[in-house]
Amino acid sequence: MGATSAIAEATAREFAALGDALFLVGRNPDRLGAIADDLRLRGAPQAEIHVMDARSLTDYPALVDEATRRLGGLDTALIAHGTLTDQTAAQASSDLMLAEFQTNALSYMVLCTELGNRFEAQGRGSIAVISSVAGDRGRQSNYVYGSAKAAVTAFTSGLRQRLHPKGVHVLTIKPGFVDTPMTASFKKGPLWATPASVAKSIVKAVQRGKPVLYTPWFWWGIMQIIKNVPETIFRKLKL
Amino acid sequence: MAAPGTSWGRWPRASHRVHGLASRFDRLPDEASMLPFGNGRSYGDSCQNDGAALLNARQLDRFIAFDPATGVIELEAGVLLSEIIDLALPSGWFPPVTPGTRFVTVGGAIANDVHGKNHHRAGSFGNHVLAFTLRRSDGSTLRCSPSENSDWFAATIGGLGLTGLIVSATVQLKRVPGPWLRGDSQRFGNLREFFEIAAESERDWEYTVAWIDCSGVGRRLGRGHFIRGNHAVTPASARGPGSGTMTMPFTPPLSAVNALSLTAFNKLYYHRPSAVAQDALWHYRPFFYPLDSILEWNRMYGPRGFYQYQCVVPQDGAEAVLSEMLRQIGQSGLGSFLVVLKTFGTVASRGLLSFPRPGATLALDFPNRGAKTLALLESLDGLTRSVGGAVYPAKDARMSAASFQQYFPQWEAFSRYVDPKFSSSFWRRVTETAK
Repeated sequence: MGATSAIAEATAREFAALGDALFLVGRNPDRLGAIADDLRLRGAPQAEIHVMDARSLTDYPALVDEATRRLGGLDTALIAHGTLTDQTAAQASSDLMLAEFQTNALSYMVLCTELGNRFEAQGRGSIAVISSVAGDRGRQSNYVYGSAKAAVTAFTSGLRQRLHPKGVHVLTIKPGFVDTPMTASFKKGPLWATPASVAKSIVKAVQRGKPVLYTPWFWWGIMQIIKNVPETIFRKLKL
Repeated sequence: MAAPGTSWGRWPRASHRVHGLASRFDRLPDEASMLPFGNGRSYGDSCQNDGAALLNARQLDRFIAFDPATGVIELEAGVLLSEIIDLALPSGWFPPVTPGTRFVTVGGAIANDVHGKNHHRAGSFGNHVLAFTLRRSDGSTLRCSPSENSDWFAATIGGLGLTGLIVSATVQLKRVPGPWLRGDSQRFGNLREFFEIAAESERDWEYTVAWIDCSGVGRRLGRGHFIRGNHAVTPASARGPGSGTMTMPFTPPLSAVNALSLTAFNKLYYHRPSAVAQDALWHYRPFFYPLDSILEWNRMYGPRGFYQYQCVVPQDGAEAVLSEMLRQIGQSGLGSFLVVLKTFGTVASRGLLSFPRPGATLALDFPNRGAKTLALLESLDGLTRSVGGAVYPAKDARMSAASFQQYFPQWEAFSRYVDPKFSSSFWRRVTETAK
């Protein structure tokens, strides 16, 4: 889901190289088609595309049916769509804030519910979900996006507990700064990672059944510090 | 991870607004001055647009189609040659022309009309491009080939990224029996011997190149090794090199390349026993890309980076002018770590502004020691100009506008094809400076 995002595309290349069949969901048919062609050349025996707007919350049951039918079964899902919320605009408008929440949180919870119930019934499967280090603590610079991701983190944590005994794996992925077309204009430093390196860590975490992935790994340490700053001090910081 | 805007010579410094390119279907951003940036393997300022915008063309990295029966590959222009090799070599195809690093984008290979060790046979990269699409700032997209928009095709090959964004390309790959090459290497005592070996090798050897010992003086001036090879069937006993690489982890505060280390390295390298081999077998990686195994080796020149100088001089009189260049370099004590010498063949380059032309090409690099280095390079330019040669824009950060305009008299005809919203630091330097 969100197959045209840089992280999803890079992850799909890793799966293609492993010989996996893929079902790509996104909004733009041209871009999906270009990615599907590329993935077939990189080793995917099958790369199907499906055009859908992630905000259409009622479309998800049909989406999962369609993916299962066209691939002849479903064992792993990566949920990676989203918008990089414009914090200034979203704090000025509740409508925009709600729309961002629909894109970055509610749609994730709906798709996780649909996939979780089916994977539970089939007794296996892996749901890999892109959350964010931004969801670990709300900060004034991006708390609309951050709180949507916090919802995703909490939701997947509970889902993981529920489904673990049923043989279904839920992975919460928390990328730090990733150098993608969306972040091209940002100043880059040593904390930035490429989509390709993030993708490799995601595939490894899926294969090993890891519960939570900070990628690159050092974000775990950074977020431990940020989470542990007392609120009386934190409220004075310009983060 | 080097940010877009840093060139391989790590000099000059420049600052940019960088635009991502999420898809080949998108329009160009609204900028008054922009330049495509691939993988940053150009050495000087031809990949920079100081104070203005860069387009991160490396992000256009999808394969579009590949036919293992014909070796025709269509791809987005940000795909690296290394990625083509990974995809196509298992079915027996290889880039038709490759420079000394496989970490260049196809768009960059076209925009600089790059050459390799097989120039005498194959010409340059542009000779193997069947077609490409070019996106202009006015929103139009031109499909260019030898038969369609052929003037744009010629202007864009070797056109330094100035004619628009190369979005995708179709390239004819070369059939090879596998990843191995067979050949030999031998010492030569001076430039005359080099030219003799080159002449007798060109008929039977696809790849030829020579390394010159720049510590040689007097009778030893221009001594070196001549290496030649052909693609070969994989021998039964062959084991490929590991895919391991090392990374130069930091930039030393001073250049690690100085007169002492240069002389020692060059002498040892010349005399090493493995320099002479009768029937050598190489994997393609050490044969074509010896430096690619040390990622970011360019950092060893320290924070001020280095200058690369690559010229081509006509065959007639090449020996005399190259001898004089080597003599001046030796005398300056500014030395060059790797000196590469190669003959160019007569296959005509297709680009209006292409660098390769018949003759001999010499490539050197110099740690940036400021005015002294610039004075030496200007003196080398004087020699190149005096014989009607040229200097390679992809490697340049300092040639004068007068030199450029003498080397590339077609630049004014070319400038009609420059997109009004495209420019580069290099282009401004060599065209806007008073003649």
